[in-house]
Amino acid sequence: MKIVVCVKQVPDTKGGVKFKPDGTLDRAAMLAIMNPDDKAGLEAALRIKDEDPENTTVTVVTMGLPKADEVLREALAMGADEGLLITDRVLGGADTWATSSTIAGALKNMEYDLIITGRQAIDGDTAQVGPQISEHLDIPVISYAEELKVDRAAKTVTVKRQFDDRYHILTAKMPCLVTALSELNEPRYMTPGGIFDAFKKEVTVWGRDKLDVADENIGKAGSPTVIAKASDKVAKGKGEVVTPDSPAEAVNYIVGKLTEKHVI
Amino acid sequence: MGLEEYKGVFIFAQQVDNEVSSIALELLGKARDLAENLDDKTVTAVLIGSEVGGLVDELAEYGADRVIVIDDPELKEYRTEPYAHALASAINEYKPEIMLVGATAIGRDLGPRVSARVHTGLTADCTVLEIGDFPLVAVPGKEDEQKHKQLLMTRPAFGGNTIATIACPDYRPQMATVRPGVMQKIEPKKGAKAEVVNYNPGFTPNDKYVTIDKVVKEVSNVANIMDAKVLVSGGRGVGSPENFDMLKDLAALFKGGMVSCSRAVVDSGWMPKDMQVGQTGKTVRPHVYFAIGISGAIQHVAGMEESDIIIAINKDENAPIFEVADYGIVGDLNKIVPELTKKIKAEQEAKANA
Repeated sequence: MKIVVCVKQVPDTKGGVKFKPDGTLDRAAMLAIMNPDDKAGLEAALRIKDEDPENTTVTVVTMGLPKADEVLREALAMGADEGLLITDRVLGGADTWATSSTIAGALKNMEYDLIITGRQAIDGDTAQVGPQISEHLDIPVISYAEELKVDRAAKTVTVKRQFDDRYHILTAKMPCLVTALSELNEPRYMTPGGIFDAFKKEVTVWGRDKLDVADENIGKAGSPTVIAKASDKVAKGKGEVVTPDSPAEAVNYIVGKLTEKHVI
Repeated sequence: MGLEEYKGVFIFAQQVDNEVSSIALELLGKARDLAENLDDKTVTAVLIGSEVGGLVDELAEYGADRVIVIDDPELKEYRTEPYAHALASAINEYKPEIMLVGATAIGRDLGPRVSARVHTGLTADCTVLEIGDFPLVAVPGKEDEQKHKQLLMTRPAFGGNTIATIACPDYRPQMATVRPGVMQKIEPKKGAKAEVVNYNPGFTPNDKYVTIDKVVKEVSNVANIMDAKVLVSGGRGVGSPENFDMLKDLAALFKGGMVSCSRAVVDSGWMPKDMQVGQTGKTVRPHVYFAIGISGAIQHVAGMEESDIIIAINKDENAPIFEVADYGIVGDLNKIVPELTKKIKAEQEAKANA
């Protein structure tokens, strides 16, 4: 069974978000990590491999700058078999439509039974690329997987999927695509041996010429959406802050405002 | 693509168990507002399901001029493929200029699949939608290249730390998913009727149709904090789960009053996740929001800053919550809240007896 996991390298927001003086994100000042939902997707793939290691391969794919090689090495150290980096200047500036077309363009030249992506990346928060890849490949998608089981004989995947007030247990025929929530599992750590091996392994690098996708569907030119304006978030105007001498005074102040606004 | 062929504002009228979801009515409210600024002012709801015809009048009362009904037994319970086929076919057939979908668990699954199928852009999780020019300011010497009456879609990114406005100038429809609880419904017009169009693109199950093995409804007695008129919200500063009782007493004084909380409270196990406001919880916009013992992390503020009146009580005068509060009180919540409840109760009784 062949599993492909799509991962993204994202800036870590845990230590706070840093901005350049011009208000744009200072990505260089922030640590780069493997996107958490993607890491859960990788862990899910590795657990499927653990069930039958001889007959399962896990290939990790990322698209990004050459530096994104780092997340592939991390995935290899966790136990993935192969890494593929899609990188090319002409792919830059892509929105979710062009990104998904590009990644689907790579997947069309690969073998897969199951594709796993994270639900969403913590930098964009769109949750669109996974389902869009499935559409470009014309295969079924189950998004937001909380539990995942594979039936190798029946060639199906069964997933628990949460909706607002209910969950569905869904079964899809392979090949299919599943998007994973970080709640799915607790990803394993890299092992020292794994880290050592990860840096000896070859990571495959594909440029634009290796992708089965039309020129008009890649990069900035292939992106239907365009940014009109981007800014650091502007906080709502500050109101008034008082420091009353006693609780009674505080209460009178609040009741006064609520009366003024016709709340009471 | 002949862009001028695409006309009117469409919304995906989400229904679950043949009940219109609140988001559908919110989208209708926004659609009405957007349509006012367009040449074609028709608002169309696309209603997808099985035996859902009875919901048409409700959509009309909340602002739909026309309802496209796609009714098929395959559409009884939400599944990605038949719903994507239904909505994408409706888009190709009726060519909307704007297509709005709720950023719900269903909408965020459906939207991307449909946008990829009809080849257009999709902006996720929008909080502001406006009609305007793209580029916002014309490039000098290229004034004639500026496009007018475009949908400008604003959304937070990076956990709410940045905000971007997106346009989709060369593809139609201009498509967005919209965060629930942000847009305003209109006052329903009793007895309003919409033009009904029955449409069925045909549903033949194929490998993309997943099988639903089981549907488990989780019975929830908890009222939805997104519907509250007054929210009394507590943070870690409240101190203990028992102390939330005094917040409940305060909330009980208001019609539509409920208790909610910050993420820290959920993480401590004091309150269930359903009650959480913020980026990873719910977006609320009550008339009055009491932030009690809440420091005001950006992720929390993202979920409540649209409230009409924000009143914050915190002992730390440097708490970021004071940056967004209309009225901030630096003081001890344990002393102030019970006193406040007593006083409001007295005021209300005095008024009732007056």
